[in-house]
Amino acid sequence: MNHAHADNERRELLDQIRAIEFMTIDLNLYLDTHPNDRRALNEYNYYTRQLQALRKEYEMRYGPLTNFGYSLSQYPWAWINEPWPWEEDHYMEGC
Amino acid sequence: MWVYEKKLQYPVRIKNPNPKMAKYIITQYGGPDGELAASLRYLSQRYHMPIPEAKAVLNDIGTEELAHFEMVGAMVYQLMKGACPEEIKMADVGTYFADHDNAVYPSTGTGVPFTAAYIQSKGDPIADLHEDLAAEQKARATYENLIKLADDPDVIDPLRFLREREIVHFQRFGEVLQKVREYMESKKYF
Ligand SMILES: [Fe+2]
Repeated sequence: MNHAHADNERRELLDQIRAIEFMTIDLNLYLDTHPNDRRALNEYNYYTRQLQALRKEYEMRYGPLTNFGYSLSQYPWAWINEPWPWEEDHYMEGC
Repeated sequence: MWVYEKKLQYPVRIKNPNPKMAKYIITQYGGPDGELAASLRYLSQRYHMPIPEAKAVLNDIGTEELAHFEMVGAMVYQLMKGACPEEIKMADVGTYFADHDNAVYPSTGTGVPFTAAYIQSKGDPIADLHEDLAAEQKARATYENLIKLADDPDVIDPLRFLREREIVHFQRFGEVLQKVREYMESKKYF
């Protein structure tokens, strides 16, 4: 498996995580002002479960998504591995 | 306590450097209606909110704004990265470049540094929530201006996402304002 291919797969999984996490963020804000909406709460829990599973899969394949005790690390300390989020790019060099 | 998640809230993958666009967008990083101002405003005001819903909304939107701050920083970084000095001169970002090279610095496009004077924390929840509602509308308007200035879909896409979020935040702040009003009314008559 070449490097670009592996990177694409990683990105795809990350995009999936982002899409599900978006649902949890949006529902979270909604629930903050509608704490008794049982349907929204069920949806929140449904997406949260999905998100937990996806995060676990990502972290097993590509390393920790969070630090400070929220994710385990293999040896050597994987938190410092690139790319960092702002480097999710593929450049055409300007000059 | 905050925990960092090693991902952006929404992807920023800009292929073509464009220092001129970076100069326009940076105001949402360190300008008056930018994401840093938004985050600091809500996270500072949350201490004086009288009801649980209001504390939660200010806390959570203040946190989401930090994720937007990071997205805008990534946009500026990627738009400046790989730009030649010639392009920088042509784009008229030389004044910024002289002070910061192509680094990301919280300022407006004309180089005015970020200041807490952009925000207020009044200790009066009704006043603060009105400021928050206005802030969301001003941020929405700024993103609409930026979308008009952009022609690269890689740039327009995350700007659209950020614009949408301001509309949702406005909605939530409106609901909070209503609840805080009801709470204060109920207290008056006890
Ligand atoms: Fe916002």
